[in-house]
Parts: sequence; C-alpha cells; structure tokens
Amino acid sequence: MSTTILAPIVLTVLGIIFGIILAIASKVFAVEKDPREEAIGEILPGANCGGCGYPGCGGYANAVVKGIAPVNACAPGGAELAKNIGAIMGVEVEEGVKKVAQVMCTGGGKDKTRYDYVGLESCLAVSRVSSGPLQCAYGCLGGGDCVDACVFDAIHIINGVAEVDLDKCVACGACVTACPRNIIQIIPRNSKKYTELRCSSHDKGPITRKACDNGCIGCKLCVKACPKEGAIEVDNFLAKINYDICIGCGMCSRACPRQLITVDGKVLPPKPKKDAPKKDAAAPAATGGEKKEAAPAAPTAEPAKETPAPETAKTEEKAPEAAPAAEAPAAEENKAE
Amino acid sequence: MESITSLLSIALGAVLINNFVLSQFLGICPFMGVSKKVETALGMGMAVIFVMGVASAVNWPINEFILKRFGLDGFLQTVTFILVIASLVQFVEMFLQKAMPSLYEALGVYLPLITTNCAVLGVVLQNAQKGYTFPEALTYGITGGVGFLIAIVLFASVRERMEFAKCPKSFEGFPIALVAASLISLAFMGFSGLKVW
Repeated sequence: MSTTILAPIVLTVLGIIFGIILAIASKVFAVEKDPREEAIGEILPGANCGGCGYPGCGGYANAVVKGIAPVNACAPGGAELAKNIGAIMGVEVEEGVKKVAQVMCTGGGKDKTRYDYVGLESCLAVSRVSSGPLQCAYGCLGGGDCVDACVFDAIHIINGVAEVDLDKCVACGACVTACPRNIIQIIPRNSKKYTELRCSSHDKGPITRKACDNGCIGCKLCVKACPKEGAIEVDNFLAKINYDICIGCGMCSRACPRQLITVDGKVLPPKPKKDAPKKDAAAPAATGGEKKEAAPAAPTAEPAKETPAPETAKTEEKAPEAAPAAEAPAAEENKAE
Repeated sequence: MESITSLLSIALGAVLINNFVLSQFLGICPFMGVSKKVETALGMGMAVIFVMGVASAVNWPINEFILKRFGLDGFLQTVTFILVIASLVQFVEMFLQKAMPSLYEALGVYLPLITTNCAVLGVVLQNAQKGYTFPEALTYGITGGVGFLIAIVLFASVRERMEFAKCPKSFEGFPIALVAASLISLAFMGFSGLKVW
C-alpha cells in the first residue's frame, strides 16, 4: 500500500527538483546571443541558397555579426537587404553591381541535331548519350536541370532553351552548378547598355557555322570594332566580354556578322555608311536608340530585334530556311510574318 | 589492491568482453546512424563516454539513497533513470554551452542525441542490478563508453571502406552495413572467453 503512494510521490518530487534545477541552470548558464544576429536572420530571405558561401542564412547572419562576412554578400536580398543589414550593423554600404546568371547559348543550333533523343528529360541524362544530340557540343540541351535547381523561379525553358528572367535572378549560382554543359555563367549586369555575348562554343568557325545559326565563329570583327582595348577578346574561337572594361558602346554588336552580341537584349544594326564611322565610334552608344531608327534603310538591318525571349522564337522560325542568319531575304520574310 | 583488480576486470569486461554495442546490442541506433564517417563517429563516441560516466555517477546515489530507502528499487528504476538522464543531458548541454563553447560545438548535435541512447540507460540499470559500489559504477560507466567508442570507430572505418566496395544493388546502404555490424560483433565474440584473474 505504502509503495503505491510512495512511488508517485518520489517520482514527482524528483521531477520537480530536476525541473527547478534546469530552470535555474537555464538562467545561470544563459548564453547571450547577439540580438543583431537574430535581427539579421529575420530579414534574410531564408532561401538557404548558399550563394553567400556560408551554410544557409543562419550561418551568414552569424558570420556578418562576427565581422567575417560582408553585409552585401546576400545575392537574393539584393541592395535593399544589404542596406538593411548595414543599418543593423551600423555600416554604410556602397552599391554593388547587380549580378545575374546568364545562359551562354541562344539556342541557335537547337534544331541541328545528330540523332533523336528519346528518354529521360534531364540535361544530365541527355548529355551522357554521346554528349547530347546537338551538333554543337556547347549548346543548351533544354532539359531543365537549371529550372529545377532555381529556387527563385528565375530560369525557364523557352522554346527549348533555358532563359534567365533577369529581374528575378539573384545570382545565387544554383543553376551554374546544375548545368552539366557548364554554359551558365554569373556576369555583372549594368543597368544600362547591358552587353551580352551568349555563346560558349569553342569550336572552329566552320564547325560552329554548321552547327548553329548565330554561334560565335571567332572572326574577331568585334575585337577590331571595339574602341576599348581588351573589352572584348577572342580566345580559342570564342569572343568574351570583359565587363570591367566594356563601356556598352555596342560597336561589337554592330560589327558581329552573326548577330550574336546584344545590347540591352537587342542586336544593334551594322554601321549605316562609311561617312561617319569616326563619329559613331566616338559617341558612346547613347545615340544607339536614334540610330536604330535611322538604320532601317540598311538591307541587313532588322530594326527591332526585340528582347531575348522572342528572339529565340525568331531564330526558330528562321532555322529551317537558311543557315546564315543575316541574309536579307530571310530577314524580310520574317518581317512580313 | 583487491578493489583495483576488480575495477580492472570491470573495465576490461565493459570494453571488450561485454561490449555494450557488439555483445549486448545496446545503443544500436547511434551506432548505425552516426557511423558514416570516422570523424563524426569519434565525436559521438567521446560524447557517449562523457554522458555515460556522468550518468553513472549521478544515478548511483539516487538509486542507493532514494529508491532503495523507500523500497522502490525493484520497479521504479527504469522510469527514474530515464528522468534523471534526460534532465542531466539538458543540464550538461546548458553548462557546456556557457562554460566550454568549444567542447559544446565539438559535441554538437550528438549530445542531445544521447538522451535517447539506450546504452546510457543500460549502464545505469546494470549498475543497480549488479550492486556495484560507487567507484565500480563510475568505472563501468566510463569504460562502457570507451567500448562504445571503439565499436563505433571500428564500424565507421569499415563503412568508409565499404563505400567503394562492390556490392549487390539490393544490399547497398543499410543492409550491407547491418551485415558488416554483425560480422564485427561476431569477431568480438572471440573475447567472450577472456577471463581476468
């Protein structure tokens, strides 16, 4: 009889004692966490993308408070978040250049295949089958591995080619690692005169010409046209823009026979006449907009070569007709359509 | 002198002959769960040594002076020990976080994991059943932890090698790990004939 009463009593008393000890201990051994760390953790996006180089948003908040990480390392949060974190930390933030991921392929060769692929819809799987069905070994396979990797819904397969939504993209780099072709790069995006060269092909000119409508053939016309030394360089049959030097004048875009280089998503028309090339070169591309209107006279010019997304649509239409993209009749036809 | 030899025999028994994991099959959950890398296995083993030692030391007086006094040691031991171990681990965690942050970070998630480790409960229950004195109980606790450390580090080394070994598809992962664990356990059976003094 006594044990039935004693047992619960003993257990209850023990429980209460331990409870009290723990309660006291939690007060005595309380570790003050830096309130700033919590504040930063709250305003971080919480995507845990790892783009900052720390294990998740918590790790980054900790590193910021410790002073190891810069306040503007969070790409998803962007400049606004950097400012807010700076306010918490009491640091001034200088505006950084916004970076974006860009798929270095316009899909000019996506119809030029070597075989029909039927199977798992994943770039990794496709690329394993004798390095993909495309003739171009550097072309986007359109399987959507990057789309799956993106947590910000900023990359989509449009007309069989991955396209980055530049406004949504935060340059976390998830797609860069996901792409088995290694054709996605993080590049700085200047708000105006954003010059792009979206090609990764290191193949020689003739091969690229056969495999793609507008791939870079390494002709170096852009290099010659460039007013700045080193802003665009051809290495191993592929032109590359050096964004530290590029001023966005668009001369390379005008010179490119493949209409590959775009400025703000548009291919600038070639230089209208021999008359005033010097002036053109001297005047930075601020005049680009006007010149576009003046140019339509030029036969090869397509006045409005619109934004990247429809552009691929156009190349798709064009593809069956003729390989050289700049041919006047083809352009005319397109316009008529 | 007598007591030292008895302590030694308890220690040898806990480490090799009656190894908690490989002979008594206690604490299998962390043994399987945290043995993918030798490094983490080592951390887990250290944490177990620590907690088993402290748990033995704390539970012995509670059993001796409270439970036995009220005649409750027959049936209330399990519940009480669970209560004690759970609060103890909580307490130790708080203490370490404050006093030894480096050790706290080294033990990391393994410390709270041990709360539910039956090897810890096993060692205190056996202390009570075998009627050990305080130094004996303490020795049994610590060396039991050492036994766990040896077992889990050996097993983790085997599993690291196994990652690269060819193995039938259906056996990949945990099945082959269980087979390996049973083979190690079989090897430890060889110690069962060992007798000390």
